[in-house]
Amino acid sequence: MIWNEYHECMDRQRLTELQGERLRDMVERIYFNVPFYRNKLQEMGIEPGDIRSIEDLKKLPFTTKQDLRDNYPFGLFAVPQHDVVRLHASSGTTGKSTVVGYTHNDILMWSEVVARSLTMAGVTRDDIIQVAYGYGLFTGGLGLHYGAEKVGASVIPISGGNTKKQLQLLEDFGSTAIACTPSYAAYLGEAIAEEKLDRSKIKLKAGIFGAEPWTEEMRTQIEQLLGLKAFDIYGLSEVIGPGVSMECGFQHGMHVFEDHFIPEIIDPETCEVLPYGTLGELVFTTVTKEAMPLLRYRTRDLTRLHVETCDCGRTLVRMEKCVGRSDDMLIIRGVNVFPSQVESVLLEMSETKPHYLLVVDRENNLDTLEIQVEVEEQFFSDEVKELEGLRKRISGNLTSLLGLHASVRLVEPGTIERSQGKAQRVVDKRKLK
Amino acid sequence: MIIRQLSVFLENRAGRLTELTGILADNDINISAFSIADTTDFGILRVITGKPELAEKVLKERGFAVKITEVIGIVMRNKPGALHHALQILTDNGISIEYMYAFASGDDRATAVIRTDTPQKAIEVLQLHEMELLQAGDVYQI
Repeated sequence: MIWNEYHECMDRQRLTELQGERLRDMVERIYFNVPFYRNKLQEMGIEPGDIRSIEDLKKLPFTTKQDLRDNYPFGLFAVPQHDVVRLHASSGTTGKSTVVGYTHNDILMWSEVVARSLTMAGVTRDDIIQVAYGYGLFTGGLGLHYGAEKVGASVIPISGGNTKKQLQLLEDFGSTAIACTPSYAAYLGEAIAEEKLDRSKIKLKAGIFGAEPWTEEMRTQIEQLLGLKAFDIYGLSEVIGPGVSMECGFQHGMHVFEDHFIPEIIDPETCEVLPYGTLGELVFTTVTKEAMPLLRYRTRDLTRLHVETCDCGRTLVRMEKCVGRSDDMLIIRGVNVFPSQVESVLLEMSETKPHYLLVVDRENNLDTLEIQVEVEEQFFSDEVKELEGLRKRISGNLTSLLGLHASVRLVEPGTIERSQGKAQRVVDKRKLK
Repeated sequence: MIIRQLSVFLENRAGRLTELTGILADNDINISAFSIADTTDFGILRVITGKPELAEKVLKERGFAVKITEVIGIVMRNKPGALHHALQILTDNGISIEYMYAFASGDDRATAVIRTDTPQKAIEVLQLHEMELLQAGDVYQI
């Protein structure tokens, strides 16, 4: 099943023409409505009329997460606030969130790409889908929700967590599809086994999993535990949210919805555009988005693009699972975490010095984050309650900034390795590669 | 009257305490009394030694987080009710104890080491009740 055959199976020549038209229109919109882009383009001596086809994309400037931070909160919006109908945000690197806005049309476009994605996973109006991504500032829950409604499926907006309720609804409502992070899917699968639920009552046939890295081994494990076919969905809030690309039933990579998001692969050092099939950093230009169009946004995700037509008939390029990051961002339980966020919390607290180590692990399929902080002489108290209080304060501050529980472990001074130049701040024990 | 106690932060790591006692032994520093407060992740060693300044210096040199804490020592008869009597005096005077530990020396005497926020006041009320207090010179060379 293909939701939008016209766009998903478009002749590539026609597709690049469409992308060129949309890019021209986008550059004009941001030139006249976003001072940040107008200044950048003027500095480079580019005027909207200079952009005529997709070939001209490489002349345009990049956008980085730092640009989003510098223009916090609404500086990159290309429409007046009264046209913005939704705001989402993800945690930022130094305390400030990355904010994204949507117009009514943006929500329709987002619903469209998620509807295409769900159709790839075989979800139709006859399905009951449990949306177990978090609802809220995070784009996962609401993104899947609107797309599933567009398909016409019966949507259960249960959000994340509350495992007992999830299992009960799986049984009682007979949910046929579920959308959540892959680690939560594995956790649910193990809970089913532990609670000795009647497997015949579990009707799941498709799982739409994303927002964090996962492996083929995890796919096999989840498929066995939940008795479904597991599909990989990719997205990031800066571009739209989930639904930037999605795996079809052939699972030869994720189809990028190129009529809306133009992908490029660049060398993260030289920023040179690399040919199809080469590993590099993924970059997106959002040609149709109205509220916050981004020009050549650097995702920092490392992957490859393949352009050969898929067995499913779609002509859209396929991206491989991301193999890493060109920065130090970690994805822990679907939440983006930068070591610099931890540093900013420690620097704000007078009792701590920014000597720390993030230890990421996966226990019972759930990611855990432990932050080791050195006890410095000046704040060392010989009373347990003082040190415990300090530990809880650090943990509380980190948890509220990261949006993710972080346990804190106090360690002796000098035990966290100091290195020349770039310090080793992260130990990731999860075996994902 | 004030006794200078060393407080040392210790990670719960095998051999870490042995390393510390080794450093004290190598520097000919005697341990008169000690206790350990432990949590799941770390412990705090409280130790009264001869030469507290030297002990602080050598431990810091070896990377330990060390702090000198002021405590008092109450010397009592080693018999039923003696500790209760001493604590009752502190309680009656509104002095609260952060932590304490005790050791017996010989057959008839015992010492309770007490950490309080108000050590001077504690000393005064205990002396008022003619309690014997541990002298710094009893445990370490000044």
